[in-house]
Amino acid sequence: MSQLLEAFRLVGAPDVLIAILASSIYGLVVGSLPGLSATMATALLVPVTFYLSPIAAVATIIAASAMAIFSGDIPGCLLRIPGTPASAAYTDEAYAMTRKGQAELALGAGLWFSAVGGIVGTLSLVLMAPLLAEMALSFSTFEYFWLAFLGLMCATLVARSSPIKAIASMLIGLLVSCIGIENPAGTPRFTFGITDLLGGIEPIPALVGVFAVSEVMRAMTLAEPPPMPRRKFGSILAGQWALTKRYQWPMWRGNIVGIIIGVLPGAGADMAAWVSYAMSKRFSREPEKFGTGHPEGLVEAGASNNASLASGWVPSLLFGIPGDTITAIAIGVLYMKGLNPGPTLFTERASSMYALYIIFILANIIMIPLGIAMIRIASLVLRAPRAAVMPVIVLLCAVGSFATGNNLFSVLLVGVFGVIGFVMERNGYPVAAMVLGIVMGTMVEQNFVTSLIKSDGDPLPFFERPVSAVLAAMTFAALLWPAGVWIARRLRRSAPAL
Amino acid sequence: MSITRRGMIGTAAATLALPALAQPRYPARPVQVIVPWGAGGGTDATARIVAALLEKELGQPFNVVNRTGGSGVVGHAAIAGAQPDGYTIGMITVEIAMMHWQGLTELKPTSYTPLALMNEDPPGIQVNVSSPYQDIKALADAIKASPAGRFKASGTGQGGIWHLALAGWLGAMGLRADHVRWVPSNGAAPAMQDLAAGGLDLTTCSIPEARAMLDAGRARSLAIMAAERNPQFPNVPTLKEALGIDYRTGAWRGIAGPLNLPAEIARTLTASLEKVNRSGEFREFMANRGFGVLWADAAGFAAFMERADQSLGEAMRAAGLARA
Repeated sequence: MSQLLEAFRLVGAPDVLIAILASSIYGLVVGSLPGLSATMATALLVPVTFYLSPIAAVATIIAASAMAIFSGDIPGCLLRIPGTPASAAYTDEAYAMTRKGQAELALGAGLWFSAVGGIVGTLSLVLMAPLLAEMALSFSTFEYFWLAFLGLMCATLVARSSPIKAIASMLIGLLVSCIGIENPAGTPRFTFGITDLLGGIEPIPALVGVFAVSEVMRAMTLAEPPPMPRRKFGSILAGQWALTKRYQWPMWRGNIVGIIIGVLPGAGADMAAWVSYAMSKRFSREPEKFGTGHPEGLVEAGASNNASLASGWVPSLLFGIPGDTITAIAIGVLYMKGLNPGPTLFTERASSMYALYIIFILANIIMIPLGIAMIRIASLVLRAPRAAVMPVIVLLCAVGSFATGNNLFSVLLVGVFGVIGFVMERNGYPVAAMVLGIVMGTMVEQNFVTSLIKSDGDPLPFFERPVSAVLAAMTFAALLWPAGVWIARRLRRSAPAL
Repeated sequence: MSITRRGMIGTAAATLALPALAQPRYPARPVQVIVPWGAGGGTDATARIVAALLEKELGQPFNVVNRTGGSGVVGHAAIAGAQPDGYTIGMITVEIAMMHWQGLTELKPTSYTPLALMNEDPPGIQVNVSSPYQDIKALADAIKASPAGRFKASGTGQGGIWHLALAGWLGAMGLRADHVRWVPSNGAAPAMQDLAAGGLDLTTCSIPEARAMLDAGRARSLAIMAAERNPQFPNVPTLKEALGIDYRTGAWRGIAGPLNLPAEIARTLTASLEKVNRSGEFREFMANRGFGVLWADAAGFAAFMERADQSLGEAMRAAGLARA
């Protein structure tokens, strides 16, 4: 008990509170600017953390990343340009709602369910960290392979129009993820001797190019749409309680899926959002409404990606194993401040652990008022003339992609992907599926190849290990479901009701 | 001669420009320190503490800039290609002695002006806590008795420093470099996780990288491939003590500048780096993380890298990883 009180005292220190507030605002702003991502925001905080006290330093990382993941939804909803790869899963849906005049419902859903997801995720961290860690540790490369493959299948489940084109996009994404030396053999592939391509294509520049730059290009070719009627942005939280009651099951499903996926190192918010959106569509009672501007998918996916963020700290805190780039940076900061990850963090420095939990919950609570303010400010964008908004977006894209690695090549990549995205969208190929392929490609290949190395080329272990078998079954079910439905329909038709 | 306005302005400008002729004390403006690896990692953290302490020593900001990409090639190339005026230096790592053997780049340790060697981390040999091999002798005997490819190890990517460490150890025991099959991983952390999940027989990453798993009681470190024990982990014997094999290697980090750095500037930096290396703050930071501190001045660093280049080249050829 005294540890808990000590934790409150630690968090109540003025420098920590100021750090939380300042980094929350920073994370919100950076996440909501298209072209700048949550990862970049966190990376840029590292030099700042050097000068802060340990708790304040970690607080900045936690607050900034939690805010940025939510605020990535804002440009996705208003401009169809997602701020983070996680938001790409439901950008089209949210944008459709904006065009229907329901922008504040979409953004409110994103905000409310993100906060809920974050708090539930934190509770899972507090109550079940050891249990979740056990589960995470039992995942070997075989399980990861099936999980990644399942994630890829989600591309087909969310396809609006043609599933074939969605799969084609995903395959293009997989091809792009082949580029570079980051493969199990350590051999450069498709690098054409260019040093910058050795590291492969990072998902962020591809995402930024494919959504933001191609959107700008599209805006240049089309006439300015009629200005949306000027209406005051209604209360953001108004419809949320009704949504919560209506979509209770999807919300809880999203939370749980998010927690489980987040705990697994390597699978993060991106995958959680995709899987949850796909599950939402698959298990919904109104699947045909998806894609036309329906909040159900936003509820589930929004909760899922924030829940995964919180539970992603479990392997980081317990074993120093990063779940994604943001937690990798966070672990570095923890080490630098003497809060070494590991069981000692829970035993000898329990007050620091409790302080971290409190900071998580605090960040998710202040997300709501700060998020509302951010949404209102961002909604002014809807009123600005397109000719003013687009150049700023291009500038932000250039700055954002340069800032992560201080490499001009990333900026060039953004341009190239902008062209690719423009051409793809023109021909009806969903670009979100391509981004999914790029994000998941390395994970699928790495785990497949290393699993085969470990089993000496024998494919049986993929199906023998219990968790693998379950995941494999789920994957095949997802693959064969459409075929099964089609066959059932044919049989029903050929045996008319008597 | 009449005094024209032009003449007055010209004289004033010349007078103001005079200070530039007198050589200012180095450093006169902020210095950039390039790190070829990502933010938050071990190399990044070490570079940041060095930069912060250099700033205290020399009075000018030393800003760390991450230039990632190409598995380290991009950042190393940026350091080598910078202006040799002392305002861009960087942290170079063991990969510089390995990449050119793999044909990834033309850069070698001799493409730089070495300034100081700051740290070296030797690899350890870790097993799952419930492994049947409780000490290094048992493990070594089991490996020798097993058919090639039965045991699986990991710790980093294919051809990475820990892979070479394994190959070198097997070679020192008289076995083929691939007697234990290497399973590539994306770094030490995923390898340690796979070890704990039961997917691997051993890992050869450094002990600090394995630390969290060791502390959590999921893994055990059986030996360290170094000249002496790491004081942070006093129960882990060296290979020499336990098996009589004097094989050692390590991943090292040092500060360097582009080629042809002016001698005066290089001397200033090396002297300051020596003070940083011997400072209590630096040692405390490194001890906290379990990183090994080493010191060598510019000439020592150059000789060290030369030896490392040769031995790593040999090890890579033996392991079949060299392409140049």
